[in-house]
Amino acid sequence: MKAEYGKMMMWYFLISDALTFSGFLTAYGFMRFANEKTWPIAEDVFTHFPGISGEQPLLYVALMTFILIMSSVTMVLAVNAGHERKQGAVGWWMIATIVGGFIFLGSQAWEWYHFIVGDKGAIELADGRVLKVAEAESGEVLSLSQLVHGAAGHASNHHETFTMSEVAAAFAANEDVVLQSPGKGHEQLSRAESVAALRGADVVQGANMKRNEYGQKQFANFFFFITGFHGFHVFSGVILNIIVFYNALLGTYERRKSYLMVEKVGLYWHFVDLVWVFVFTFFYLV
Amino acid sequence: MADAHSPSGTRWIWNVFWLLLIVTGVEVALGIIKPAVLLGEVAGTTILNLIFIGLTLVKAGYIVQYFMHLKYEDATFRTSIYLPVLILIPYLTFITLYEGVKVFGY
Repeated sequence: MKAEYGKMMMWYFLISDALTFSGFLTAYGFMRFANEKTWPIAEDVFTHFPGISGEQPLLYVALMTFILIMSSVTMVLAVNAGHERKQGAVGWWMIATIVGGFIFLGSQAWEWYHFIVGDKGAIELADGRVLKVAEAESGEVLSLSQLVHGAAGHASNHHETFTMSEVAAAFAANEDVVLQSPGKGHEQLSRAESVAALRGADVVQGANMKRNEYGQKQFANFFFFITGFHGFHVFSGVILNIIVFYNALLGTYERRKSYLMVEKVGLYWHFVDLVWVFVFTFFYLV
Repeated sequence: MADAHSPSGTRWIWNVFWLLLIVTGVEVALGIIKPAVLLGEVAGTTILNLIFIGLTLVKAGYIVQYFMHLKYEDATFRTSIYLPVLILIPYLTFITLYEGVKVFGY
């Protein structure tokens, strides 16, 4: 095989990493297929965009995807400049790549923050099912804030926490609301079933490793684990990029007469982009 | 090395960039609009989901072949990378999803 040793080993490492990620994503698919009725639909969960109010499904992850693709492009440009032995150009394109990486990490932090704080809130029944409050006829999900405060409430709970007794009282007073499944089909309980189900139920707001307001418990665990593991890859990639950038500035590769190191780290960086393409599809789109 | 065949200049990089951007744009547009025509069930999922998966593989192909330069590597090396991935990942996907449906109790 005609391939430089380090590059070959980087590729084999990436194969094993690809298998790890496919293990995670297929495990996600397995749990989702096994719990279809209660598995949250991603576009109901990730609906925020900074600076725009209302529900904007997919836009934010589309932006994150764009940022990562863009930083992949600047990485190719750095590798390309390396082939032409242009030290200054390698430096500038590496800076652009590093900045892109940090912007992506910041975006992910923003998304995690909103996921953890929560949006509309939900009710966890005594049997462990997590259901949304919704209008019986339109099927439109109400936030706990809208349920308790009526017209004065916000579509998002905005850090206000609710107790089960105020939610139960507001639920009993409003004849038009029922409990609705967050999963495929949005099945509703009847009004009588909903009122009966509230006995022994509890309010869930936001998400943690034990429970979340979006539905099936494993959903949040997979979200934290898969996007977290990917984010950790991005973070390591940024560190590697900084090291390569620093060495390019010092002239290390100029003395070696080869910018092969930029290419190897570039492979890792593109792989991070590649994984995100799959996470984007299987976590947010499908 | 096989590098001799790789494209020069930066034009090809931007071509791949636009392609990735447009495909992502199409995915997002389809995800937001969800055309009713594409929501029919085929092979246990919707046509729309199959389109998403197809477009994802197109994007992955371009990233691997051009950005990661695999298209211009030595043929034996290329095979040693493609083969394990193209055998193991579809196999893993098939067995876990198949079992997932079984657990659901069809």
